[in-house]
This record gives sequence, C-alpha cells and structure tokens, in this order.
Amino acid sequence: MNSVHTREPATHSRDWAVEARGLVKTFGDNRAVDGVDLNVRAGTIYGVLGPNGAGKTTTIRMLATLLRPDAGSARIFGHDVVKESHIVRQLIGVTGQYASVDETLSAWENLIIFSRLLGLGRQEARRKASELLEEFGLAEAAKRPLKNFSGGMRRRLDLAASLIAQPPLIFLDEPTTGLDPRTRAQMWDTIRRLVQTGSTVLLTTQYLDEADQLADRIAVIDHGRVIAEGTVDELKASVGSSSLQLRIQNPGDIEVARQAVERVLKVQSIVSPEAGKITAPMTNADLVADLLITLREAGIRLTEMSVQKPTLDEVFLTITGHGVEEDASDEAKQEEAM
Amino acid sequence: MSSLPITPVSELQLKNHASLRQSVRNSFTMAYRGLLKIRRTPEQLFDVTFQPIIFTLMFTYIFGGAISGNVHSYLPLIIPGILVQTVITTSIVTGVQLREDMDKGVFDRFKSLPIARIAPLAGALLADTVRYTVATVLTFVMGYIMGYRPHGGFGDVVIAGVLVIACSWAVSWIFAFFGVIARTASSVQGIAMLILFPLTFVSNAYVPVKTMPNWLQWVAKVNPISHLISAVRNLTNDGTIGGDFGISLIGAAIIVAIFAPLTVRAYMRRT
Repeated sequence: MNSVHTREPATHSRDWAVEARGLVKTFGDNRAVDGVDLNVRAGTIYGVLGPNGAGKTTTIRMLATLLRPDAGSARIFGHDVVKESHIVRQLIGVTGQYASVDETLSAWENLIIFSRLLGLGRQEARRKASELLEEFGLAEAAKRPLKNFSGGMRRRLDLAASLIAQPPLIFLDEPTTGLDPRTRAQMWDTIRRLVQTGSTVLLTTQYLDEADQLADRIAVIDHGRVIAEGTVDELKASVGSSSLQLRIQNPGDIEVARQAVERVLKVQSIVSPEAGKITAPMTNADLVADLLITLREAGIRLTEMSVQKPTLDEVFLTITGHGVEEDASDEAKQEEAM
Repeated sequence: MSSLPITPVSELQLKNHASLRQSVRNSFTMAYRGLLKIRRTPEQLFDVTFQPIIFTLMFTYIFGGAISGNVHSYLPLIIPGILVQTVITTSIVTGVQLREDMDKGVFDRFKSLPIARIAPLAGALLADTVRYTVATVLTFVMGYIMGYRPHGGFGDVVIAGVLVIACSWAVSWIFAFFGVIARTASSVQGIAMLILFPLTFVSNAYVPVKTMPNWLQWVAKVNPISHLISAVRNLTNDGTIGGDFGISLIGAAIIVAIFAPLTVRAYMRRT
C-alpha cells in the first residue's frame, strides 16, 4: 500500500517541469556534462542550444532516466530522476536523435506494442494506434515495414510513440536534424500543438533559428556547461542583430582594415587571415556606410561584403569568445547578400 | 493531440515500482514483439530448422556402428543426446540477438517507458522458446523417420520435450547475461561456444561414459547436461521419471535464480 506515492505539499513542483542542479556526467576523461543547471516551467517550450558534442544529448538522457548522473540532481515535476525513476518515466516521453522505434516491425505494430507496454487494453491500443497514425499522416504507410520509411516518417512515428501516454513532459532531442525544410516546418507545427494541449517540451537543437521559432526560453550549452540562459529576445540582444563580413582583396591590408573596422564600428572583430575575412557584430547599421568610406579612403579594396543574421556561431562568439569548433553549425548559416 | 488535454501531474496516481502483474504483462507484450520479429524475418529460424536435421543424420550414421554395433540400436542413445545438445546450443542465439537488439535505438525507448525492467529481457527469452520447440519437434521427427520408436510413448516424449525446452530457457539466461555485458554480438558467440562445447561433449550425449578415462568420467557424471540427457532417456525409452529429472529441474532453477537477477542488474547498469 505504501507503494502509492503520496505527494508532498510542495507547491513549487507543480510549476517546474524540470529542475536540474549541477548535473555531471563523465565518460573516461571527457566531462560530457559539467555542472548543468536547468529550470523549465511547466507548459512552456524550452530550447537547449549548442553544437555537436556540447552535452545536449547526455543532459537529456540523464533527465529521461536513461543515464545516471555522476553528480548533481534532477527533479521532474518534483520527482527525483534517480530515486523515483519509475515515477519519472510515467511523466515523460522521449524522442531521441535517432528514431527509437523497431526497424523490423511496421508502424502499426510499433505503436501497438508501445501502447500495450503502457498498459492500454487490446481495443484501446488499436484505437490509439490508428488515431496517432492518422494524426501524423502515417495511416497509409501503417502496415509497411519501417525499412522503407523516410527520415521524416521515422521521426513522426517516433514522436507519435512518445505521445501514446500523453506525458506532461516531452523530451525532443534534435527533432529536426536531417529533415528537409517542409518536414521541419510540419514538425514545428506538431510541437506547437503539443504545448497547446498542456504538455511541456524540452528540445535540443543546433539551430538558433529553430530555438527562435519554438522556444520560450533557451539555454546555450557548450563543453557541458550552460553559458547563457534567457528568453529568445534576451539572447538575441546579447548577440547583436547581425554581423558584417568583409573579404579583403589584398591580404596585406587586413590588419589596417581590422583597425578601421574596430575604430569606426566601435566593436571587437574576428579576423580569419587565410580567408582574408573580417567578421564584426553590426550593432548599428548606419555606421557601415562610414566604414566603407573609411576603407575606400585608405585604398583598401573589398572582394566581397555580406551581412549575416545571428547564428549559433555569433552566439558562441559573443558569449564564449571562441567560435563553434565543429563545422556542424555551417548548415545553420543563412547568408544574405547585401 | 487534438484529442485529450494532458492530465495535470498533480492528479496522476504514480507508483515507483512495477507490480508483479505488470511485470508479467509487460514480459508477455515483449514476447509478442519477439514473435512478430520472427514472423517478419523467418530466416532467424534457419539454424533451428537445419541443425537438428543435419546433426541427427550425421552423428547417428557416423557413430552408430562404432558405438552400438548398428544405427538402429544407437538411436535410443543418440536421439536424447542430440536433442539436448541442439536445443541447448540454440539458446546461445538468445544472447547474441539480445546484444544486437540492445544496440538498436528501440531499447532506449524501452528503458524510458514505465515498464518492469525485466520485461525486455524476459520477453526476448520467452519468445525464443518457439525456437527451442521447433528444434525439439524436428529432432524427434528426424529420429522417427530414421526408425526411432520411443518405448515411453507419445505422452512421455512430450514431457521430455517440455523438460528440455524449460532447461534451455534457463540456460539462455546465462547467455543473456553475456549478451548484456559483452561489447559485441560475436564475442557473445565466442564465449558461449567455449562454455557449451566441453559441456555438451564431455557428457553421456554420444558415448557411454564408462569408455572414458576415469577423471573424465567423473566430469561427465557431475555434468548437469548428462543428468538432463539421462532424464530424457528415462522418459522416452522407459517412460519413467527418475532422480535425474529432479536434478535437471533443480539445476535449471538454480541457473535462473543466479543469472536472472545478475542479468537484470547488468542491464540496468548499462544504461
């Protein structure tokens, strides 16, 4: 009888879907997660933003009871992920980076098995499976083996499987990585509708754009640490709206050009000499005209000039002072010729 | 999503442990998954189909004349031996497939579901009894075709078959354990062969134990496989249930009692 958990009268646990304190996970000498704090308010979409290998997936796996933290603690709706893991599992749905569905079975069979495991009766399981397949546009492919499914279909099935029990908290690990733009937009729609039904969503992403579209709050994570946290607007403000990129024709001029950029725009700039490129945050677009005049007067010729919207690169540059070390974020760049 | 809103967390009845009933139900659902997989990939049953046929033919005709004078009088000795060896060997596949299965993404989902921890393991092992049944039936059918007529009669043959299947299921926990702790599927295969080869051959499966050197006789006599084979011979050839039957069942129970908790613990630690 004492197995029925009596809830503590703590009021905070109702407001917070996730409360993580100093989470640490070490693999060998690699501190994959190195003291992560996260607070996610119930009923919101929370984005964890970071490059490959920043510790996003490891963090989610700890919160979802798939990995045991080496240090620190985490509570899901007030329940400890280690001590009350079975309770936590009743409150969450997890959609992994790589679809966690059974490749050898059909979509229908997958959903039936997960439904049955979650305690639904035979009839209920069938109803739920066809309902979800309909909802996610998979009804026609329901009986086909998953081997012939596209990446987008697999992700949708994976998400459908996470929603069988209608969990109040859903973890989405890079839900749109590798999807084409149309499928990505569909996935975004689905995620938004989830929150309307009362779910809380914690998603990870490499794309600032995606976090921008979906998340109410964002944590930026790098080398296993949260390096910035706030609303999308707060973060963007810290990055500056856009950055200016200049390519100098004569590599010998680059130092002079850099000085001119920093003097006129009154900002720190980043020089990549081998590319002859200077990147600087563009906090005040009006000053760019002054800069161009200054450069012409100094006789410095440009081969290219462009303005880049803030990307993960800039967030990192601004917050950490170093760039993203992997080229993974290249896909996130949206260049706009001026 | 268009359907029901999420039930507020405060109104959910939450338990921190899976009940026994839930464990059993989850295990059967996982076994159902195993059966679906066999149906989808019937080539999984190749080994249990051909091994009994080939081994029974091969060993009977190779050893029959040398050991019992002729093939026909060797059959009551060899068929129970082949049966136990084949079915027990089949249980290796359980460990190998479990290892392969666990490397797939779907096991992440199983781990994140509020189901009994033992269910994915117990379910896989339960589904594999289908494989043992196929092997058992085919071995007896082969024996019958070659002229084997068990004196014990049909009922006792069935009991013998069920005994072998139950013991193989127990042994499969050993390989499930290696499946969980090993890094690759092929290393599971290697470890299992190392254990099973001496165990099945240093027994009374193919030859009368008294032809062995003294020290080996001792090994063969304490070998649990020998007891299982004797139990099967008693049943099929004489229709009797003797001490070997009890020893086999107790042995099987001990194996499960040791390896089931070990396996579940290793499985949970791996997460």
